[in-house]
Amino acid sequence: MEIKLLYYLVPSLIMFCCGLYGFLTRKNMIAMLISLELMLNAVDINFTVINRYIFPDSKEGMIFTLFAIAIAAAETALAIAIIINLYRVTKKVETDEASQLKG
Amino acid sequence: MDYSQFLVMKQEIGLLVVFLLVFLYDTFMSKRALNSLQGVSIIFFGLLTVCGFCCACPTATETAFAGMYVTSPVIACIKNILNVGVLIVLVQSINWNNSEAQVVRRGEFLELVLVTLFGMYLMISARHFLLFIIGLEAASLPLAALVAFEKNKYESHEAAIKYILTAVFSSAIFMMGLSYVYMLCGSLYFGEIAAQVATQQVSVLLIVALAFVVAGVGFKLSLVPFHLWTADVYQGAPTSVTSYLSVISKGSAAFAFLVILTQVFGAVYSQVWEWMLYALIILTITVGNLFALRQTNMKRFLAFSSISQAGYIMLGIVGNNAMGMASLMFYILVYIFSNLAAFGVIQSIENATGKLDMTDYRGLYKSNPKLSFVMMLAMFSLAGIPPFAGFFSKFFIFAGALSGPTSIALYVLVLIALINTIISLYYYLLVVKAMFLSNDEPVIPTFKSACSERIGMWVTVAGIVCLGIVSCFYNEILTICQQYGLLGGLA
Repeated sequence: MEIKLLYYLVPSLIMFCCGLYGFLTRKNMIAMLISLELMLNAVDINFTVINRYIFPDSKEGMIFTLFAIAIAAAETALAIAIIINLYRVTKKVETDEASQLKG
Repeated sequence: MDYSQFLVMKQEIGLLVVFLLVFLYDTFMSKRALNSLQGVSIIFFGLLTVCGFCCACPTATETAFAGMYVTSPVIACIKNILNVGVLIVLVQSINWNNSEAQVVRRGEFLELVLVTLFGMYLMISARHFLLFIIGLEAASLPLAALVAFEKNKYESHEAAIKYILTAVFSSAIFMMGLSYVYMLCGSLYFGEIAAQVATQQVSVLLIVALAFVVAGVGFKLSLVPFHLWTADVYQGAPTSVTSYLSVISKGSAAFAFLVILTQVFGAVYSQVWEWMLYALIILTITVGNLFALRQTNMKRFLAFSSISQAGYIMLGIVGNNAMGMASLMFYILVYIFSNLAAFGVIQSIENATGKLDMTDYRGLYKSNPKLSFVMMLAMFSLAGIPPFAGFFSKFFIFAGALSGPTSIALYVLVLIALINTIISLYYYLLVVKAMFLSNDEPVIPTFKSACSERIGMWVTVAGIVCLGIVSCFYNEILTICQQYGLLGGLA
């Protein structure tokens, strides 16, 4: 039995929306970062399956995915470094602790 | 593979060479030689800027890497404008970067600035979304590190965490939109997508994809409703980084936005994104202005002012022709000079006294007449009072918006933008009023700003006064834009 394209696209969209929801509602920065990862991974799934199913002749989507994974890793590393810096100052990683700038 | 095509990327390679020289100097020179690190880097970078103007300029549209990368006189021109801005930022930041708390990491500041500039170059020159994404990330990730630069200050960390989370969030949304564009068109080349978009029926998926892409770039450009990070990040970041963020990062993102909207999705302008763009512009200008009215911190105030300025920059896209693009580039150029003049004064006062509140500027004229004069010129130019450059750039941007086919809606849009200019005049003049008309005793004592800061101010003031009156700048940009088509070569 062949698995259709839609069976990949819908779960990846759900994954993306879960990430979106998590990013907007979570208070813990690490959890927010995990939500962001979910969103980025949904993008990766989309690119690979679209390439595999609709345009099997080229490798453009696969290559894009490889780069997107590398970029996501760099983003996470930098975000974690900044969160650790913040943790050193406030001893917390909740967003409520980082809300002094306003006006 | 033909390695000679690397020679097409002259400006990028030049920038990489400057970066390597600065990096090697920072790593291997003795401690005493490091005191002149920033001076040396400014000389290197100045040479690159001069070369960009005279010898590295391409004479026609050239492409490399199977059309992924393109350069043309128009693109070289916007890169030169950015170079000038970065040069001023580097000169202005000497004093801060050599201060005691900063001295251990002053090399990193220069290197990160150069790397972000490299990313922006790629973003502007990219004609393939993979290269564009790499450029976008190379431009925004080191910026997050720059925002977090003052390690002993809490505000810096908070600003950085807000910046990095929104930056990753926006790029995730952008890439999701891209994946749908890929599904529709089967390619990530700007030219091929444009060809596909022009022939296909407008589908719901295309509208969703376009909205995602606009949202992703809109975050970078801090368009309303994607502006929420701007004020906090501008306030928390070190002032040098804030000035860099507000002019260079914004200018390059505006140009990239223009490229994407007109080159990739130009065919569906009237069907899909005309109204989207109108709404974005009106919201951005109005909300930016209204929030700027109630700010008391100077950096937050300039953050909201820069949001509304981004709305004006977007007006250049509406024209969708050579004149619109020329006015957009001229607006960015003038905006660089005016905003950097304001930030130069703020930085100088912050370095000397640590004060950043608008109430501290009361009676500044009595204690520091020259500084308040520079600040006044900057405010006049940002508000668009003739005969300063800001007036001309606003004039050209309105003319550029109306230079294409016009409609009632377009006139209404420009009218709203004009009314907003008057609102913005009010809050820009609040600063001038505090400095000149307040009878209070000055809060800030008389001080002498550092030599580098004064050089920066002289340059920016010269720009504010000359750019508008000396018409050859705008004419030159317009000639290039008309001669080499809208964007120099669809792939």
